[in-house]
Amino acid sequence: MAPDLKPGSRLDELTVPPISRHTLALFAGASGDHNPIHVDLDVAKSAGLDDVFAHGMLSMAYLARLLTNNFPPDKLRSYRVRFAAITPVHGRPSCQAVVNGITDVDGERVATLDLTVTLADGTVTLTGEASVALD
Amino acid sequence: MGLDRSLIGEERAGGTLLVTRSRLRLFAKATGQTDPIFVDLDAAQQAGHRDLPVPPTFFFGVDLETPDPFDHLTAYGVDLRAVLHGEQEFAYHRLAYAGDELSSSSKVVDVYEKKGGALRFLVTELPVTDQDGTVVVTMRNTLVVRALPEASS
Repeated sequence: MAPDLKPGSRLDELTVPPISRHTLALFAGASGDHNPIHVDLDVAKSAGLDDVFAHGMLSMAYLARLLTNNFPPDKLRSYRVRFAAITPVHGRPSCQAVVNGITDVDGERVATLDLTVTLADGTVTLTGEASVALD
Repeated sequence: MGLDRSLIGEERAGGTLLVTRSRLRLFAKATGQTDPIFVDLDAAQQAGHRDLPVPPTFFFGVDLETPDPFDHLTAYGVDLRAVLHGEQEFAYHRLAYAGDELSSSSKVVDVYEKKGGALRFLVTELPVTDQDGTVVVTMRNTLVVRALPEASS
């Protein structure tokens, strides 16, 4: 559970192992996103790319793990992200969340979190925001 | 039918997904999720859940649960290889669990372009309902269609 949160509080960062082709294959099946551009090198090359790249939703799922590591899933009120850059295969995402503010919404105390996913080379792949009920 | 502003307001039926524990466990495996409430029924029930809870982003797959989930893009003249995910949003109304049958529908809420048409954006809103017709989550996604390099086929 999250400790006493206040604006500026930072949740423990979540870093995952480098994304393998095997992970992309599993995620294609598990997520239902069978777009071949994530698993089939021939298709990626035909689109002018050097290699396959990770599903944006995989990084969004990693970031969601950071949220549910800290809050029960029924406390999540909203969660949105913008995908800022492609995550290449073998990329190593690191997920961060910082409390932006805490306000009362419809009688509950809700924390707004600023979210970021970065790769080891500093590339920001995803930015976003989540709101979580604290009570 | 091209990808242009005439699509705004267009609605279509989405997918239907009967959520199974095994599919949720596969999702946990694929995303490195080891929190037992998402994989272990006893742990989930001890935490007060009636079954394994659906994790926050799993709902995205509900709309893909059709024989050809990208056929509407094809109908808009969009090459799937040119599609990037721009933005994704979830507004949560209640938890869903293994055993629930979730269904999506979708409505185009915006279409616009940037960089003189080199990037086109398709914004869709997708409520997801359970077997009782209750909306459990409302999704909104933005797809970006880029211009593919010439001579790619």
